[in-house]
Amino acid sequence: MRKIKEFIFERLILFSGLASVFFVLLIFFFLLKEGLAVFKTVPIGDFLAGKNWYPISDPAQLGILPLILGSLMVTLGATIISVPIGTACAVYIAEVAPEKIKNFLKSGIELLAAIPSVVLGFIGMVTLVPWVKKIFHLPTGLTALSGSIMLAFMAMPTIVSIAEDALYSVPKSYKEGAFALGATHWQTIWRVLLPSASSGILAAVMLGIGRVIGETMAVMMITGNAARIPQSILQPVRTLTATIAAEMGEAVVGSEHYFALFAIGIVLFVFSFAINVTAELFLHKDKR
Amino acid sequence: MERIAIFAVWFLVSCYAFAGPDKNSIQIKGSDTMVNLGQAWAEKYMEENSAEFIAVTGGGSGTGISSLISGTCDIAMCSRTIKRKEIDLAKNRGVSPDEIKVALDGLAVVVNLKNPIENLTVDQLAGIFTGRITNWEEVGGEDKKIVILSREVNSGTHVYFKEYVLQKNDSKNKDEFASSALLLSSSQAIADEVAGNPSAIGYYGMGYISPQQKAVHVALDSNAEYIAPTIENVVSGKYPISRPLFLYTNGQPQGLVKKFIDFTLSPEGQEIIRQTDFVPINK
Repeated sequence: MRKIKEFIFERLILFSGLASVFFVLLIFFFLLKEGLAVFKTVPIGDFLAGKNWYPISDPAQLGILPLILGSLMVTLGATIISVPIGTACAVYIAEVAPEKIKNFLKSGIELLAAIPSVVLGFIGMVTLVPWVKKIFHLPTGLTALSGSIMLAFMAMPTIVSIAEDALYSVPKSYKEGAFALGATHWQTIWRVLLPSASSGILAAVMLGIGRVIGETMAVMMITGNAARIPQSILQPVRTLTATIAAEMGEAVVGSEHYFALFAIGIVLFVFSFAINVTAELFLHKDKR
Repeated sequence: MERIAIFAVWFLVSCYAFAGPDKNSIQIKGSDTMVNLGQAWAEKYMEENSAEFIAVTGGGSGTGISSLISGTCDIAMCSRTIKRKEIDLAKNRGVSPDEIKVALDGLAVVVNLKNPIENLTVDQLAGIFTGRITNWEEVGGEDKKIVILSREVNSGTHVYFKEYVLQKNDSKNKDEFASSALLLSSSQAIADEVAGNPSAIGYYGMGYISPQQKAVHVALDSNAEYIAPTIENVVSGKYPISRPLFLYTNGQPQGLVKKFIDFTLSPEGQEIIRQTDFVPINK
């Protein structure tokens, strides 16, 4: 009886382990099946490099270049904001902060990760958007910059907690060696700890970016969703994710528009896959 | 072991029972413009027929029609007529949409209270929303860049505005919303942005007009009279941007669906239309 139980549980765990991989494959094939259909009517070059996104016009114009650039612009902005702050925060928590403050900060950051993105988006809409409009004297505050700032908040917990782990995993002897050579605390952090944890920190950054590029609700609420090629970060943009979320309900199943939205899904999938693989490579380099 | 088996059977049976068609309820879905109206109808109707249940949800006219086609709702609310493509698709799935005109709606064009603009012609509106006119000065306002607010493409209001104002109901006219137009996800979001942004212009159903925005008076051309979006002006046909609102059912309405639709067309149902700031069709 016990043996049977053991056997059943082992198989169950094995199945759970395989299930996630299986689901990823299923999702990927489904995306391909639905998304590739759009290329029967729209050449892939026109789809990726087309400058106009008018999906419900007749004939529809399905060019996602403004959407790709919109997503990249918001992501780049969020990265520029969140990486220095996130890394500095991780260094402070791992190296400088006294025990009490450390615990306080850590739980604070975990709490930040727990805030639903729609709530952050809402807060951004009523507070951040009017500020951005006022400070930069813009016609509207619904801009890529507002999205970047809000998304930086969302990427921060990921970056801080993984970068902090990377800093902890630097062997103690490195630090002691540096101190023994007469280095100050700051010199030790800057010249010894950060370089030796660099691959882990890079992985943290990549995972943070992955979180940002896939984010939907908050960007949809505060970036204005204008499908125009952005000239600056102070203009409204429309991201890939927001386009799928806003238009999926309308798209008639089996129409060109519907397939195009799945094709956008493929593009997003490729982006986040590349980002995750890069992060994974950095993490493995760290382990060796 | 036996207990687990019994539980599994019970679970399956209950799933089936809940998933099965409920004879006493109607699902209504579609146009965000009509959600408040649908809710008001449903409440009144359920007061009188307490054994029946009506669920009303929004999402946009296109969402309503695609739910009707996929069979997840019984009545689709729609603030535009059904598209050729949608009819073809419905036929493929064995659904034959039946159209019932229930009300009229005036589309209000709104600006911020601080904006001195009072009147605009349909041509000027088309110019503004297609991006040919980019500064308020060009239509007699202050020297400020115009911020265009539109609904997302799943909105019947978006489609109607494009076809009747931008393209002037000419199917050869291929004018589009300017790509710089901000696409917001609800009429309320447009109302909020217009209330807070002195350079914004937006549009939505008359029901959303509030003292926080200024509804512009609209004229068909510069020789015509500028008309305010009020119920009287829509009924008399003087206001240039008004549209019919529809309910779509699968085939001729029958049973409970018919009972509900008859209710919406009854004097009582039409009175609710007036109360929710739309224009009744049966006077």
